[in-house]
Amino acid sequence: MEMTEREQRLIVAVSPHVKSEESVSRIMWSVNLSLLPALVMGVYFFGPKAALVTALCVITAVLSEYLFERALKRKVTVGDGSAVLTGLLLGLNLPASLWSFHPFTVHVPIIGSFVAVVITKQLFGGLGYNIFNPALIGRAFLLISFPKLMTIWIQPTAAFLGMDAKTTATPLGILKEEGVGKLVEVFGDKMNLYTQLLVGHRAGSIGETSAIALLIGALFLLFKRYITWHIPVSFLGTAALLAWVFGGKDPQTGTMLFFAGDPILHLISGGMLLGAFFMATDYVTCPTVRKGQIVFGIGCGALTMLIRLKGGYPEGVMFAILIMNCFAPIIDRGFKSKVFGAVKVKETKK
Amino acid sequence: MGLTFRGGIHPPDKKELAKDRPIAEAHVPKRVVVPLSQHVGAPCKPVVSINQEVKKGELIGEPAGFVSSPVHASVSGKVSAIGEFPNAMGRMVTSVVIENDGKEEWTALRDHPDYLSLSPEELKEKIKTAGIVGLGGAAFPTAVKLSPPKEKPVDTVIINGAECEPYLTADYRLMIEKPREVIEGLKILMKVLGVKRGFVGIEDNKPDAIAKMKEAAQGEPGIEVCALEVKYPQGAEKMLIKATTGREVPPRGLPMDVKVVVQNVGTAFAVYEAVRYGKPLIERVVTVTGEGIQNPSNLMARIGTLVSELVKECGGLKDGMGKVVAGGPMMGFALSSLDVPVTKGTSGILVIPEEGVVHAEDFAPCIRCGRCVDVCPMGLMPSMLSVLSEKGRYEEAKEYHLFDCFECGSCAFVCPSKRPIVQLVRLAKSMTKP
Repeated sequence: MEMTEREQRLIVAVSPHVKSEESVSRIMWSVNLSLLPALVMGVYFFGPKAALVTALCVITAVLSEYLFERALKRKVTVGDGSAVLTGLLLGLNLPASLWSFHPFTVHVPIIGSFVAVVITKQLFGGLGYNIFNPALIGRAFLLISFPKLMTIWIQPTAAFLGMDAKTTATPLGILKEEGVGKLVEVFGDKMNLYTQLLVGHRAGSIGETSAIALLIGALFLLFKRYITWHIPVSFLGTAALLAWVFGGKDPQTGTMLFFAGDPILHLISGGMLLGAFFMATDYVTCPTVRKGQIVFGIGCGALTMLIRLKGGYPEGVMFAILIMNCFAPIIDRGFKSKVFGAVKVKETKK
Repeated sequence: MGLTFRGGIHPPDKKELAKDRPIAEAHVPKRVVVPLSQHVGAPCKPVVSINQEVKKGELIGEPAGFVSSPVHASVSGKVSAIGEFPNAMGRMVTSVVIENDGKEEWTALRDHPDYLSLSPEELKEKIKTAGIVGLGGAAFPTAVKLSPPKEKPVDTVIINGAECEPYLTADYRLMIEKPREVIEGLKILMKVLGVKRGFVGIEDNKPDAIAKMKEAAQGEPGIEVCALEVKYPQGAEKMLIKATTGREVPPRGLPMDVKVVVQNVGTAFAVYEAVRYGKPLIERVVTVTGEGIQNPSNLMARIGTLVSELVKECGGLKDGMGKVVAGGPMMGFALSSLDVPVTKGTSGILVIPEEGVVHAEDFAPCIRCGRCVDVCPMGLMPSMLSVLSEKGRYEEAKEYHLFDCFECGSCAFVCPSKRPIVQLVRLAKSMTKP
């Protein structure tokens, strides 16, 4: 039988013949969007420098991904929003003080962004193949290479006087060096401390400043189901528990007091929320199976508190997530999903 | 919310296109091409010769083996060819071509008004000789399903009225128009198996079908009509059993392992027709639908009618047509030619316009988002299966339960990287052994 012209145009493909509207780029751009409140608050408190540092990271990330992919004749994927996200996350994890020409430090975000996109992501095969969270490797690289520059924190002001702002210590820095008593003293009283941390009036990385802004973004992602509760809840829950149990210190002797820590303080300070909702939940570098994600979250929370309470750094979120990234594949293997009907077999055997 | 299972997806159901079109007799074609292999199992051996006159319902292919099912003439007329013709899957199958003489003359049929007085064996024999197979699409010989070994007693029959494939409305129309016949079919199946419990599972986006079936089942002891949550693949055998009875068929097991036999609504109707009127399976309801067809319809079509003729009858294809699928959009086969016959397993013809076709050639790497793991009704990790298959590591894919996948396509539906997961799974399955 003759094939009509129309039939020759029939498209033949394997089922399913319908697909959801979801796409990688839609997800990535949504996550970018969810970080905007945190960025806005960062710029509000640390001034234009914060915007410039973040922009520098984003531009470097996109440009280096583009150039690398062109050089290797790979498909250019900068449109999917993932390079923008890496740059944005790195920027939000840097101090605004890096935008400075005397001394010259603007190369620092550029190096970090390059390390994140090219070394951590592209050299491993591009999106989907990287083992570590690119933005966090970028930040870890900078923290180790430029320890001084990476810990110059601008005093937050809401008045856009960023040009020669004073520098100060982060709340976690004060907590580590001088204890919770001093921290409360700096902020007046405990309520004020909490309020300032929630609003974002504190020294720190650009994006971690306002807990409320981060939570707005996180709720958006949860609502859109771009992330699930598993990692953030297990991460934050473990950290809070450990902070409460082991975080207390006798103000006089400095020895540990059990069940006397302040979990709220630990949750809303430092990079805890940014890490738990936006970095640990990175699809590529966390486990795929939900149960495995809970283990992953518990690991992140435990390591964060170990570093915060016992380690040399005041903040441990970054290293905690990076260490747990190594374990993601093996966690997935351990929780290899249960096949439908499999349990019943065991039961009937008994 | 109705009964359900873990996982699954919610594709747009698009049933509104054809759901209000009553089942109409399709135009009986001048020529039918009846494949001798329309079922799971051994192909039939032809028992007619060229130029032989056959009547409607006359045996033209006899089963060759236990898992097989006879094939009958769907029109009266003259056999003009016996040879290889392509089927919907694109394979060449031995088929019998009959030129319709227009007389519509039936072969001698034996009806049984008091069919429930027949013995289970007699009933089963009638179902077997009528060539009835699973009409939901799998086309497994029904009589074989009704012959569980002694060590596997069955206590429940479930009629599958979920029709979870989007677009399709053939089973829905049968439940609306022939509820009594479907329930009688269920009673026959229950009698054959000697069971006291029968369920009809229907997704609760078809409240009118549920009402009709409930009404038809009124006063029938042991028969219950259940509303199921609207979720694909609610009509997959294992998922349906889980939803209605709470039992889980073990991996690679059969429904009879949990004392259940599942039959489709269309099958129950065909069983009734075969037992009550002695009619062999020579026609079935086919939903011709999709955004690319002029007049979506539900047609009672003779087996062997070419898809092109059904398409013509439904007003033809709209311009810019892209894909024609035999079956539903989730598990159906895309046709490479419209000159292939409707078979016992053809539940629908779906015409997808070109703008609705999702091109898979530019899929991206897996970003391990886990959506496929969440939706897999079998609890597998489709992400790993697809990656391992892509890398040619087929043996390793077996550690991830490759052969437990029944290719429902939920994973590929949700994948944001648009990965052809079902295709990769099929590739892996073909490259290794269970």
